[in-house]
Amino acid sequence: MGKHVLIVDDSASIRQMVEHTLKTGGYQVTVACDGQEALDLCQKQHYDCVLTDQNMPRMDGLTLIKNLRGMASYGRTPILVLTTEASDDMKAKGRSAGATGWMVKPFNPENLLQVAAKVMP
Amino acid sequence: MSIDLNQFHAVFFEESQEHIDTMEQLLMALDLEEPDPEDLNSIFRAAHSIKGGSGIFGFTALGKITHVMENLLDQLRNGERHPDTALVDHFLTVLDCLRRILDQYRGGEDIDWDEVEEQVKALEAILNDGKSTPRTSATASSSAEPDANADNDAFGFFDAPEEEPAETADSSGSGDSENWGLFEPEPQAEPSGAEAPDTEAAFGFFEDPASATEPQPAKTASAASAAARPDRSKAKAATPESATIRVGVDKVDSLINLVGELVITQSMLKVLGEDPDNLDTLKMSTVLAELERNTREIQESVMSIRMIPVSFVFNRFPRVVRDLASKMEKQVELVLEGTQTELDKGLIEKLVDPLTHLVRNSIDHGIESPERRREAGKPEKGTIILGASQRGGSIIISISDDGAGLNRGRIMAKARENGLPVSDDMPDAEVWDLIFQPGFSTAEQVTDVSGRGVGMDVVRRNIQQLGGRIEISSQASVGSTFTIQLPLTLAIVDGMGVAVGGQTFIIPLVSIIESMQPPRANLKRLAGSDLLHVREEYWPLLRLAEVMETQARSSDPAEAIVVLIETSKRRYGLVVDELVGQQQVVIKSLEQHYKRVPGAAGATIMGDGSVALILDVESLADIVRDPIVEEEIV
Repeated sequence: MGKHVLIVDDSASIRQMVEHTLKTGGYQVTVACDGQEALDLCQKQHYDCVLTDQNMPRMDGLTLIKNLRGMASYGRTPILVLTTEASDDMKAKGRSAGATGWMVKPFNPENLLQVAAKVMP
Repeated sequence: MSIDLNQFHAVFFEESQEHIDTMEQLLMALDLEEPDPEDLNSIFRAAHSIKGGSGIFGFTALGKITHVMENLLDQLRNGERHPDTALVDHFLTVLDCLRRILDQYRGGEDIDWDEVEEQVKALEAILNDGKSTPRTSATASSSAEPDANADNDAFGFFDAPEEEPAETADSSGSGDSENWGLFEPEPQAEPSGAEAPDTEAAFGFFEDPASATEPQPAKTASAASAAARPDRSKAKAATPESATIRVGVDKVDSLINLVGELVITQSMLKVLGEDPDNLDTLKMSTVLAELERNTREIQESVMSIRMIPVSFVFNRFPRVVRDLASKMEKQVELVLEGTQTELDKGLIEKLVDPLTHLVRNSIDHGIESPERRREAGKPEKGTIILGASQRGGSIIISISDDGAGLNRGRIMAKARENGLPVSDDMPDAEVWDLIFQPGFSTAEQVTDVSGRGVGMDVVRRNIQQLGGRIEISSQASVGSTFTIQLPLTLAIVDGMGVAVGGQTFIIPLVSIIESMQPPRANLKRLAGSDLLHVREEYWPLLRLAEVMETQARSSDPAEAIVVLIETSKRRYGLVVDELVGQQQVVIKSLEQHYKRVPGAAGATIMGDGSVALILDVESLADIVRDPIVEEEIV
């Protein structure tokens, strides 16, 4: 059984693309449309990695990460922010929220798998 | 590893379309005095989502425009800039441009890069028009050259205490080739250290020489996408319009639930069938009743998946009305009613053109100029109400305006000019019907709004092709209402089975008022036509046996059954041998499988395998002779 990844993005096309790519790479995948849905899912079960978009309705990515880091079971889980900008400002915010790393959109499927392999050795 | 991104394009197009629509609606509803921060956020998010997706899927033109848009919207939502009408108008034209580009990508056509550049420049000009704070110019400059530092800093780690620093640094160092890196524990050792040349990576891309998807300076990108285009257009040609539909999870869940019940019923039937000698007939009939219920519920559930709210069509009209009204120098308020009424997706898509035409007509011909309205003692602002509602098995869509009403005199004159048979004592309804004739336009001057050759005849034809009908009611200086009646769905009809000469026919249930064995005393025969007096009214009778050229069991209507039918044209009674029963039938096209049969709308296959014709009660009404007015009979 492959590692279980939670994808959080409000864009259906990106969700599908990331899901398909990771499944092709042998991962088990669950998707959520916003931070709130992701948080609800995480409270029910554990995921090996969370990939989250930043800008989303209801709850944004950074708020989700802060919430997850407050949960004992997600203290060390790799959490990546998918973002369109890798500015210092964004990085500072990501770092303080507790994200493991960031990945800039757009990315291609091959890169995504490389990154996934790094964070889930 | 190769993953074909094309498979996600349809979803991307659809969601971008929705984002564009959302932005348009929010922008138009935006309170310029006190904009709702949540609205501004939603508009920003929509632009942001399009940008994100277009980057991944390689739709560079969309990405370029939405990127600058996003910067501008960011200023709005941060309160660094205040929205005004000019800005909203500008955004609306940008949205139109995004729609065109989206269509170009969707159709595999060439992208109009000049337009893209123009839009980007115009947006940047607004972005930089003196109001720019330092922050703004920084974003603007990064937007101007998004590729300058595109190849690095695309991925990185924040503090990762569990990792060894050495490995971390190593990975970070390899970022240039692999385009990812790790943050070291100390803030000052951010990847920028390892990737010195591009400290300000506000916008980064994975470099992949094989892909033509990164935003590059316009010319390169244009050339690259031109090179990539033949493939894409070929792929598109194979699937001209891979239609998708978005369905609420609750609908799918309920369907799954129903299928579960069906499986239970099936296993119950299996158990019963295993021992045919000791068949418990009572149990059998219970289970069969259950099966019938399951089937009906699944059918309804599946049909509902195809149903979407009419708001999908209606929501485009505020914009249409806004644009047209300002072009025609009229003041028009559009009111939408019943926008959550659900209708078959196929029907909704085909409604767009006729409805657009009717709304344009209402603004162009219906609503008067403010001066003329004032003279007539009306408020200067005219009102158009676009409404939808469900009535039985039909959907009613109406467009009413409080304008001048149809001009009887002008329609009559135009009809005479076109050589149509008209007389001065024609009832209004028949006069209004004339505007559905081909080549009929009474516009005093052909504007670029209406009167462009697409006439009301096309509107009516479109509606009729959907199995619907359109009616007009109008009153001079009070206004006009166009009412469209459409079937809820095209595939299944609730019908009453009737038998004549040993054959079964189906009458759509919606047209039936009641069925009866007529008392002999109520039957009259006058000038060769049979009449039935019932419900305070004389109903002309039509013998189905004669229409279908078969032999009725009895020629005496008193020994037969009369089904009272109501159509848009008239009411009449259909004489049949007997009633078979009520059932839902699946409509199969006769033309496709056999040939057109007058009086039949289609055919269906009955439970016993026989074929039954579904009667077209509207066209049967044409055969019926008009009832003679009551006074003459009495």
